[in-house]
Amino acid sequence: MSAEPLLSVTDLSKHFPVTKGLLKRQVGAVKAVDGVSFDVMQGETLGVVGESGCGKTTTGRLITRLLEPSGGTVVFEGQDITHMSQKRLRPLRRDMQMIFQDPYSSLNPRHTVGTIVGAPFHIQGIKTEHGVKRAVQDILALVGLNPEHYNRYPHEFSGGQRQRIGIARTLALKPRLIIADEPVSALDVSIQAQVVNLLADLQEELGLTYVVIAHDLSVVRHISDRVAVMYLGKIVEIGRRKSLYTAPLHPYTNALLSAVPIPDPRGRSERERIRLQGDVPSPLNPPPACRFHTRCWKAQDVCKTVEPVLAERADGHQVACHFPENAPAVPDGVPEPTAG
Amino acid sequence: MSRADNSADASPAPPSYLELRDLRIHFPTDDGLVKSVDGLSFRLDRGKTLGIVGESGSGKSVTSLGILGLHNRRNARVSGEIWLDGEELVTAPPDAVRALRGKKMAMIFQDPLSAMHPYYTVGNQIIEAYRIHNKVTKAVARKHAVDMLGRVGIPQPDRRVDDYPHEFSGGMRQRAMIAMALSCDPELLIADEPTTALDVTVQAQILDLMRDLQREFDSALIIITHDLGVVAELSDDILVMYGGACIEYGSTDDIFYRPEHPYTWGLLSSMPRLDREPTERLLPIKGTPPSLINVPPGCVFSPRCPYADRTGDRAATEVPELLETRAGHGGHGGHGGHMVRCHMPPAERRSLWENDVKPMLETT
Repeated sequence: MSAEPLLSVTDLSKHFPVTKGLLKRQVGAVKAVDGVSFDVMQGETLGVVGESGCGKTTTGRLITRLLEPSGGTVVFEGQDITHMSQKRLRPLRRDMQMIFQDPYSSLNPRHTVGTIVGAPFHIQGIKTEHGVKRAVQDILALVGLNPEHYNRYPHEFSGGQRQRIGIARTLALKPRLIIADEPVSALDVSIQAQVVNLLADLQEELGLTYVVIAHDLSVVRHISDRVAVMYLGKIVEIGRRKSLYTAPLHPYTNALLSAVPIPDPRGRSERERIRLQGDVPSPLNPPPACRFHTRCWKAQDVCKTVEPVLAERADGHQVACHFPENAPAVPDGVPEPTAG
Repeated sequence: MSRADNSADASPAPPSYLELRDLRIHFPTDDGLVKSVDGLSFRLDRGKTLGIVGESGSGKSVTSLGILGLHNRRNARVSGEIWLDGEELVTAPPDAVRALRGKKMAMIFQDPLSAMHPYYTVGNQIIEAYRIHNKVTKAVARKHAVDMLGRVGIPQPDRRVDDYPHEFSGGMRQRAMIAMALSCDPELLIADEPTTALDVTVQAQILDLMRDLQREFDSALIIITHDLGVVAELSDDILVMYGGACIEYGSTDDIFYRPEHPYTWGLLSSMPRLDREPTERLLPIKGTPPSLINVPPGCVFSPRCPYADRTGDRAATEVPELLETRAGHGGHGGHGGHMVRCHMPPAERRSLWENDVKPMLETT
């Protein structure tokens, strides 16, 4: 692993203005992403998890510049692409591609598979050795589709096959970085496993780097090397997969993990669960300081006034919390949390 | 799938609260006959939970709509028997079923935003259902609606009762729908993917709520889902559906600790699990679920089954019967025991599970 990260995101934010009235006066902003920083190394997989509305999809769209960031920087392959013009960005798009969640709406129903997967070649003006058709068929075979289906339309395929078409399109130009936004959540369990394995195989074969955005904690654990947990537009915890899943530091991560139903009926009565109360607050008006304090059972006064910063607590494991769990050195004098 | 495995053809009312006997729901279409549900039988008592697991297109949702009589009788062919508390529903006149729907049996749908009417307030929708089945004044019904919303954990129910569905968050909408379903104290509650659209922390809240309410109302609960984690949390019995038919049916322990059908093994091994060490690779089931118009001959699962060649030609020519592999050991929902639809002899299946499948799930 080289020391230089493939993708480096610093203090990235995206505020969507909320306007009112005829003059579209701005009355507020939805802080969908608010100061997110992370690095992604060549060849690794970073998982981004969080509940709906936490800004994980927006983060993915900011990195690929499908949305214009409001602040911060995105550095890809050593170039600052934060505000690069679309024209200058185009050659870089070859190296950075996206897999979308819904295999039904992300493929044009009027185009054949050949046209869909061949489009990147035409857009980028790439000459292929044996013609575009041959190149497309090679990619279709790579993702486990029958190359003879070149002339079929998306509706002739099942959900899992459509997702493979989406992956084939993504791979057409041999990208280095793939942002996958909920790549398997629309698929059936048995098909999900096929696509997860396909992504792993492709990573090994082509040396890909992934940023996988998902809400399913068990899928993310399976495919990621490192995991970032987001809550209301901020990263609350980021660390290596193993330490994050075995010894989560942030109470929110802990609550998320304990909320996952475990397919093991024997332990169901004894299992200790942390039950979070209520819903995620609106990002239009997020709680001050620590955004989790409204639902946190460990919250103290300091959580409502001082915003915790993302700090390293264990090896490569950062958390933004005043009273982290499982932390080796908890400051003395912290009263026992009362269950809430 | 002979009808002979139905013990009685004269079919007296069964002792169980809900019993399905050889339910078939077929839809004639231009492309052919779609056999969405093809010979499904199960029993459920009050106070018990049945989990129905299957992938999309396995017929699990059609089953639930069939029980409630929500099919258009002009384009669906329904046969078999559905016994609810001593009444047969398939042959009952639509008006009789309508009187039961909402009162004796109710449903929680997957997507609360599309299942609720956007034009009416949440309160009005609960009041409407309550007043149809109970002759009470609007004020009484409204008070009942507020009570129900409070019962399912909606804060300030007296104010939220006048909100529209879009003013609720996803989790609250699902709670409101549960309140609506429970407003007439139904004895049978069917929840079709009740938590699929929800975030994991909210899902945990809703599952808790459903468990508590079931205890309180002593209702029979059918939970339809693709998530094995959810059924493991709630169910007493589990029915695994594939291609419109039940392929394995047993107690929750049977399905999780002694599964005998290769499809069930496939489901268990294809999902990543948080409670075990991460595996290097998932073990997916090859291929895709069958089209219900063009169901494979013989065993429906045979084209995807890794053990299909063990039974020679039978896999592709003969439809296996749903047979009891282990007698009922009492205490579970009153059904006959652990049933499996597979050509392989029980001893062979058990040895495959113990020696091949189970070790792969637990190690690496």
